[in-house]
Amino acid sequence: MASILEVRGLHAQYGPTRVLHGIDFSVEEGGITTILGANGAGKTTTLRAVCGMVKTQGEIVLAGNRIEGKATESIVRAGVAHVPDGRGTFVNLSVEENLRLGAYTRSDKAEVAADFERMFGYFPRLKERFRQQAGLLSGGEQQMLAVSRALMLRPRLLLLDEPSFGLAPLIVQELFEILRTINQQDRVSMLLVEQNASLALKLADTAYLLETGRVVISGTAESIRNDEAIRRSYLGY
Amino acid sequence: MNVLLHQVLSGLATGGIYASVALALVMIYQATHLVNFAQGELAMFSTYISWSLIQAGMPYWAAFFITVAVAFALGVLIERVIVQPVENAPILSVVIVFIGLLVIMNSLAGWIFSYTIKPFPSPFPTAPLFGNSYVSSHELGSIGITLVVLLLVFAFFRFTPLGLAMRAAAQNPVSSRLVGVRVGWMLALGWGLAAAIGSIAGMMVAPTVFLEPNMMAGILLYAFAAALLGGIDSPGGAVLGGFIVGVLENVVGSFLGTELKLTVALVLIVGVLVIRPSGLFGKVHVTRV
Repeated sequence: MASILEVRGLHAQYGPTRVLHGIDFSVEEGGITTILGANGAGKTTTLRAVCGMVKTQGEIVLAGNRIEGKATESIVRAGVAHVPDGRGTFVNLSVEENLRLGAYTRSDKAEVAADFERMFGYFPRLKERFRQQAGLLSGGEQQMLAVSRALMLRPRLLLLDEPSFGLAPLIVQELFEILRTINQQDRVSMLLVEQNASLALKLADTAYLLETGRVVISGTAESIRNDEAIRRSYLGY
Repeated sequence: MNVLLHQVLSGLATGGIYASVALALVMIYQATHLVNFAQGELAMFSTYISWSLIQAGMPYWAAFFITVAVAFALGVLIERVIVQPVENAPILSVVIVFIGLLVIMNSLAGWIFSYTIKPFPSPFPTAPLFGNSYVSSHELGSIGITLVVLLLVFAFFRFTPLGLAMRAAAQNPVSSRLVGVRVGWMLALGWGLAAAIGSIAGMMVAPTVFLEPNMMAGILLYAFAAALLGGIDSPGGAVLGGFIVGVLENVVGSFLGTELKLTVALVLIVGVLVIRPSGLFGKVHVTRV
């Protein structure tokens, strides 16, 4: 199978602080890869590195093209959507405007209109709140908005930074079901960073375990899920 | 009563000028959280461009639209070449750059066009419209043009994808990049628009105050007062503030003495900052300590 994203020897730093020390990973075309690890392991930084939001060394290859060192806007225009840490809501704009911004780079008006309906299908709450100011939405609704905004780009690769953060367990279940649907129906490849390891391992096909900026374990999600020792010592469930 | 009505109407005409310049200030402030002290000089310089075109024999409206386009390009150019390199510099450095820009534009205009006061034509007839005795055609026309400009600007930001992207880039640059908005260019576009709006204000005010390099100095002060009164981060507030300042200045000037005109602006600036720093419509900023 071909990879949509291939990362080799990735280093990243904030000022003088090194956060990633040469990690390798990949996301299969149409697959879901998850990166697990404790706080401060470098998960969020990994996603930021792929989007060109931090200084990096190493190779990042998106569908055969090197993208490291490119501007975030250009990487996004190449088909990478990012649901960032903290959701990145445009709080002063309406829900509608947030979604329109998601489709900012697209010029196919009819398709965009259809995608609005598709998002309402996934998240009916957004339709109820369509004209409201996005900053007034609840945390869960803002997370739905963040995922929808990213999907409005029609991405080839979706980067998700802790989509379960701050959500009620029932809503998390629902969100992950929707992510699975999007992955299977629309063939959107995903790179998922999660603290909730059991949930992430059920959704993903490939998993990497990050510890202070290094990959310590990698394999299929199934093999890691079934490995009693890894589960107890690293994932804590 | 007639005198009051007359003063209010001509106050609205100058108020429209203040509103335009205040709107230009607010647009830059929203995007960068900085007040562009050179906004007035940019308008003055654009008015000189229009004057030169008219001197060269170009019809008024052709010169008008060419000037607006040139001012837009000038604004974009200044952002890209001068402002962008100091984007991440401390606030004081950027303020110094703006003040430097003010002095440079001012001297450049004096050097190229000389400091002698020049008359500037009005596109409107000299006889009052409809034979009324309250308001001159130029005042009425200038109110009209100001309103059209303000409406166009609001429609642009409200209803076009580019306007939406510019608002987004000003509010949340990080998220804007993540949806593919080229944030740097949005800032440049904002400068271009502000300069274009300013150039129209300059051309509308020049027939009354006459064209000279210091023409906009007083107007910029009134525009500051207007922007502060309305709330420095509220475009609608700035416009309303402009009209209020214009009327107040005129009424106070005619009933209490013209020497108090500029005082109105200064009293407003100090008063707003002391009593209600966020202005009438601005957001109140609360910071955790």
